[in-house]
Amino acid sequence: MIEFNDISKSYRIARRGSGFGNAVRSLFLREYDTIHALNHISFTINDGEMVGYIGPNGAGKSSTIKILSGILSPDSGSCLVNGRVPWKERKEHVRQIGVVFGQRSQLWWDIPVIDSFELLQSIYAIPVSKYRDRLDELTQLLHLEDLLKTPTRQLSLGQRMRCEIAASLLHDPKLLFMDEPTIGLDAVSKIAVRDFIKKMNEEHKTTVILTTHDMQDIEAITNRVILIGKGQKLMDGTLEDLRLAAKSLDPEGENSETDIDHIIAGLYARLNIM
Amino acid sequence: MRKYYDFFKLRFATGIQYRMASVTALTTQLIWGLMECLAYKAVAEASGGSMPMDYSSIVQYIWLKEALYVFFNTWSSDNELFSMITSGDIAYELCRPLSIYSMWFSRITGARIAETLLRCVPVLICAFLMPRPYRMTLPASGAAFMFFLAALFLALGITITFCMLVYMLCFFTIAPQGWRMVLTGAVEFLSGNVIPLPFFPKKYLFLVELSPFAYMQNVPFRIYSGDLAGSGIYPYILKQIFWLAALLAAGTALWKCAEKRMVIQGG
Repeated sequence: MIEFNDISKSYRIARRGSGFGNAVRSLFLREYDTIHALNHISFTINDGEMVGYIGPNGAGKSSTIKILSGILSPDSGSCLVNGRVPWKERKEHVRQIGVVFGQRSQLWWDIPVIDSFELLQSIYAIPVSKYRDRLDELTQLLHLEDLLKTPTRQLSLGQRMRCEIAASLLHDPKLLFMDEPTIGLDAVSKIAVRDFIKKMNEEHKTTVILTTHDMQDIEAITNRVILIGKGQKLMDGTLEDLRLAAKSLDPEGENSETDIDHIIAGLYARLNIM
Repeated sequence: MRKYYDFFKLRFATGIQYRMASVTALTTQLIWGLMECLAYKAVAEASGGSMPMDYSSIVQYIWLKEALYVFFNTWSSDNELFSMITSGDIAYELCRPLSIYSMWFSRITGARIAETLLRCVPVLICAFLMPRPYRMTLPASGAAFMFFLAALFLALGITITFCMLVYMLCFFTIAPQGWRMVLTGAVEFLSGNVIPLPFFPKKYLFLVELSPFAYMQNVPFRIYSGDLAGSGIYPYILKQIFWLAALLAAGTALWKCAEKRMVIQGG
């Protein structure tokens, strides 16, 4: 169970105009902007739920995932994940979560994937027999047979992502946080990843929170969608709720799109969160 | 212990993944060592025998330095760690149920021992087969060898805790180049990697011996070569233990500080 309560986080960013003059000026006079990445966000997620977390670029999605993973501490508010405060009890907390950052890699570059897996086994202290079973299961579901012996550097993006996901799940976490797991993947890999996430949820009751810009991911996987923009929570409901909301914001129906991407784009524009 | 061993294993695997690199490293080390032997020979002959270390000790020192090169060099530290800090891939490291300090410490230790094992054996074999004045010999006694081993691992500890300090400082400055250049340059010279410390003028040597740098490779190499012997060894070993504890404490304190204020940027 995840309780995310009234969380705010802001970043201070140094800014300056372009050009030499401004560069010199900023040497002496630094101007800072405060960006409110998260502004009093609250939500509760129950065990076994699959939640899509959407919003335009810079909306605060990754910040939320980082806070949930315990690697970022918020400015104010409280958060409990299975009874623990993630950033305060980081070590105990991370044992039960799996995290996939779609834009980063956790596999060792030079050596075969299986070696990275074995290192993770020792880091998480997974018993050997349990590790074997888990590895077999993941290998089968994500079609990794041929990839495990390949050095990471020689994998394609889709192949690597499947290995990354397996790496994040070796220790059998109860919660899975995924930050854009399907970014840059081709159709086949995307479908493989989606099917896999669904299976994990069905068989192990894994709670999944996933951020993505790919609305088909949301359609295929999640039964609940949280929409944030400019650091604020705007909507929390099913995909159907989202469609209805889009329609109610656009009653004339000039944009009577049925394509989900257009609906979302229209919604973003109307809510003025771009 | 398990994780040290696993990092060691992994690094060993990485080390032998690239075969050509091992071969070229061996040649570099041999040629460099031989060149240094010849250079000191010239110095010895020119100075008419009044050198701060005797020639056979210098030869031992040089071969140990070449064989254990990876053990003690600070400039070729694990670049992946620096890039993890600047690229934010450290996000994954933070999702592990270990402290970054202990995880990276075991990672570097494992890496250094693995790479040294790969490199030192062929270099040492060649060094023991060199013609007479340039030949590596066994230490004076078994006791000297035991002291050598103890000092060697203490020195490795000091070198690694020092590198950890540099990594931890990177959390505060973002760009690693500055710290690295100044600190690793200093270590290279002050730890006796360029010229053995006994060759330093007395006044400067006194200053260097107040820093941790004098307790890295300097101590074990001089014990092996017989330049440090008998009761002269003890103060060095004690100071090694002191510096190891001090650097470890400083590094972990700095990590605690970094952990609190760290922000992983970007999506």
